Amino acid sequence: MKYQTPLAKARGLGSAKSGTKHWWMQRVTAVALIPLSFWLILFVQQLFHASYPEIKQWLVSPLNFTLLIAWAFVGFYHAALGLQVVIEDYLSPEWLKIVTVWLVKLTFLGAAIAALVFAIRIAISVG
Amino acid sequence: MEQRKRPLSPHLQVYRLPLTAVVSVTHRMTGVLLTAGLMLFVVSLAMIQCGASSFNAMQTFIQQPLVEIALWLMIYALFFHLCHGIRHLFWDAGESYDKLLMNYYIILELFGSVALTSMSFLFVQMGS
Repeated sequence: MKYQTPLAKARGLGSAKSGTKHWWMQRVTAVALIPLSFWLILFVQQLFHASYPEIKQWLVSPLNFTLLIAWAFVGFYHAALGLQVVIEDYLSPEWLKIVTVWLVKLTFLGAAIAALVFAIRIAISVG
Repeated sequence: MEQRKRPLSPHLQVYRLPLTAVVSVTHRMTGVLLTAGLMLFVVSLAMIQCGASSFNAMQTFIQQPLVEIALWLMIYALFFHLCHGIRHLFWDAGESYDKLLMNYYIILELFGSVALTSMSFLFVQMGS
């Protein structure tokens, strides 16, 4: 005889997850990325035309340094949420969905941390 | 027994997608593409922290015409995603579901993303 209730079975499957937070954070990060996207154009200008000392000085100014790290973390957060939806829509076996979403999230977290480390190393080298 | 051929209901392939659906799919595709762009952003930081010679090599590389075109297509994708993203925020607020307005806003989005990309392009050229 099974003592498991139907509710216990449903938990962790179906929609009994954390969809609201996902949806909400997707919007919050989207709004933050609007001004950050315009900052990226400033960065692209530096990439194309600045000399090496110039771009380093530019990157380590307090405002640019903050926006650089914000762009990396907010951008990868938003990308992870977005790719999660795409994966959940187009991959069908449940285990494959879970593993792929994990891999994407871990890779993006790693990439964001790498961006942070690179930024700190640039700041240290400017001194 | 011979299998009876049943009529099939029209599937996506024979259905001409309305403009709104095309833009919606493009929003998704640009989103996935921009993930690669984010990775390139991290790569550019890696090149800068590596030292002057690797930064200069990267600068020469991105100034190649084909690479530069690819980069600007990526930036267009960013602005398209941004403009349509703003549309989504309006929808989330429960606004502008009117059918006629939908197509009007798509024109606005396309125009806006082209304008933002062109303005950014001019701005970046000013830096030289």
